[in-house]
Amino acid sequence: MTLVTTIGEIILWTVIVSLFGLIAGLFLLGIDRKLAAHMQARIGPPLRQPFIDIRKLLVKENIVPENAIPWLFNMAPVIALVSSLVILLYIPLGSLISPLGMYGDLILVMYLLTIPALAMVAGGFASGSPYATVGAQREMVTMIGYEFPLAIVVIGIAWRLWAAGVAHPFLLSSIAGNPVWGIVGPLGIAGLILLLIVLAVVTPAELSRIPFDTQEAETELAGGLLVEYSGRNLALFSLSTAVKTLVMGALAVAIFFPWNLSSFVALPAGVAQVADLLFFLAKVVLVMFITVTLVRVGMARFRINQVVTVYWVYFALIGLAGLLLLMADSALGTVAGVL
Amino acid sequence: MSEEKKSPYIIPIGPTHPALKEPVMFTFRMDGEVIRDVDFAPGQTHRGIEWMGMRRNPVQIVHLTDRICGICGVSHTLAFSRAVEQVAGIEVPERADYIRTIIAEFERIQSHLLWAGVAAHELGFDSLLHLTWRVREQSMDVIENLTGNRVNYALVQVGGVRRDIVPEQHRIIEDCLSTYEGLLGKLLDLFLHDKTIAMRCRNVGLLSKDDALKLCTVGPTARASGVNVDLRQDYPYCAYGDLDVRAILPDQHLGETRGDVYDRIVVRLLEVGQSCGIVRQCLSEMPSGEITAEPKLAKLLAICKKARGEAIGRVEAPRGECFHYVVMEGKEAPTAWKVKASSYSNLMSWIPMLRGEQIADIPIVVASIDPCLSCTDRVAVVRSGSRSILTKDDLHRLSVEKTRRLQQ
Repeated sequence: MTLVTTIGEIILWTVIVSLFGLIAGLFLLGIDRKLAAHMQARIGPPLRQPFIDIRKLLVKENIVPENAIPWLFNMAPVIALVSSLVILLYIPLGSLISPLGMYGDLILVMYLLTIPALAMVAGGFASGSPYATVGAQREMVTMIGYEFPLAIVVIGIAWRLWAAGVAHPFLLSSIAGNPVWGIVGPLGIAGLILLLIVLAVVTPAELSRIPFDTQEAETELAGGLLVEYSGRNLALFSLSTAVKTLVMGALAVAIFFPWNLSSFVALPAGVAQVADLLFFLAKVVLVMFITVTLVRVGMARFRINQVVTVYWVYFALIGLAGLLLLMADSALGTVAGVL
Repeated sequence: MSEEKKSPYIIPIGPTHPALKEPVMFTFRMDGEVIRDVDFAPGQTHRGIEWMGMRRNPVQIVHLTDRICGICGVSHTLAFSRAVEQVAGIEVPERADYIRTIIAEFERIQSHLLWAGVAAHELGFDSLLHLTWRVREQSMDVIENLTGNRVNYALVQVGGVRRDIVPEQHRIIEDCLSTYEGLLGKLLDLFLHDKTIAMRCRNVGLLSKDDALKLCTVGPTARASGVNVDLRQDYPYCAYGDLDVRAILPDQHLGETRGDVYDRIVVRLLEVGQSCGIVRQCLSEMPSGEITAEPKLAKLLAICKKARGEAIGRVEAPRGECFHYVVMEGKEAPTAWKVKASSYSNLMSWIPMLRGEQIADIPIVVASIDPCLSCTDRVAVVRSGSRSILTKDDLHRLSVEKTRRLQQ
């Protein structure tokens, strides 16, 4: 295999995965809207509504406000979409090998996850609107809030894998390859459940959903960060949200629920990959339903200071408790091993 | 200008903004997320209804008053009719008074439920909005059954009402009342025991009893601050004199009064239950008889045309006291007609409520007084394209000038 064919293969897979990410992400949004509508005793839009919305936005005029900084204002949505798509290249989708999975690990994914948010912040500040400015400030505060609990989850899982002797514990392929539930004892299971809860609570904030949607808060800031965006730029931001929804679902699945159908049932090679992909999508839908749809239907929006308290006090503590339980579990395991 | 850009910076909210259901212009001076100061300018939805009214006869005006507000149509028609009836000396039959009371209470039920949904939406709790508004539909159906319309009921007429409530309708009303009485506990539970709602509403938008009295607030806004006012108790009209209506105060339910948004939710939800009780009592005690003092409109007009004098009609609308002032001088149209909607008295309470709160609290605090700006906006001063602000001294001078003009 020459370098050229490897690069060609990566580019091909990148295109395929990106297209898959866009389509699956938009369908996820459609499913979310439909389920939320049914829970609120409404009929709700058809599943393909997000596609219709994107098509409409793409033909609409793209307005750049007079006191915006045009290059930054126009660049932010592109960066947001591209960085969300890039994350997808590192995350295993079913039993398919992620195209860049070998070149980056969970730490990189964590950094990449901040880029769409940072792009939105830059775009918000560049809009030159007081609503967008307040929204951008809130987004930054929210990011500071949820990054810490998210880091605890990532470190906790990787550390436990390392303690169990897994090579390259931060690589998503090794995390997915060694389901962490299998290598821990009862204490560790309790710890993992706590970490799972923390990840579930970080997800709506990553995706700017109720109750953590203070940066967009329709009734307060009329869309906040996105208030000045229209047409193509807004379409790009919507696509980026769609891809991020898939990414967060895929991340939770890769870390906590990595099992594939093909490992339980013997299937022919081609069928197995398709079955695994469908099973993976089903898991993502389930994760999204619980962490996004159910939460946003059942709660009111927090105030920004409450968001920070929720993350820094309650969920950081829950995360740390989970981490401690994992450590205790590992120590017990070592003791048992020695005995 | 460069001074203004620094802290405190300015956030304009309005005239149209998702936080506002009707147009009004807010200017917030912000310090970070905290509101330092706030000013607001109503007058964005002035429609000149009084001007139209002064060119019509009372029978026609009643239908204009229906359209002052989409929610409290009964209150305005009732207040206006009561003013005209006093001027013309028309005695309203007792049965009509009971029917007026029933429809007014149904209006209160649907208005408070509508408000509860809006409040949930302002908090970002859309499920509760959809739930409350679905529940509200049943009262709208009953209103449609009683009056023929969902909004702009056209039921109240000078001298009485236009439609009777027949025995077959009692069952429909009773069904609706028992549904609401059964649901009330659930609604109170959803709104008062939900953690996020308590977090967002407790100690937010505080209005002390002193401020509430000083700013002459009315209705649920005043009652939530512990002011014991309710026209139905203090100045009984229609059938309220025969009934035992007591103002609902938050300490009856919670044991204390704080005057925050939470208390306003409590007062309104409890008033839904109270209204159900009032309607039921009215139905059982309703006397038989005529429903209007004068069924022939031509004759009614002739009576109104002869009337001379001035009177005020006061009604406890869902949002507080609604007040109509009418002067008739033996002509077909009234010489003066002044509408003071309940929100007019309540708007100023926004300023002490909002000061010191956060941006996130603006929508719910603004909504908490249930502002109805299309009711309130009675004047817009626009001279050669520029707006100007009239101070108390200006208004005093203008009114003295007008009196002098009238005396000549």
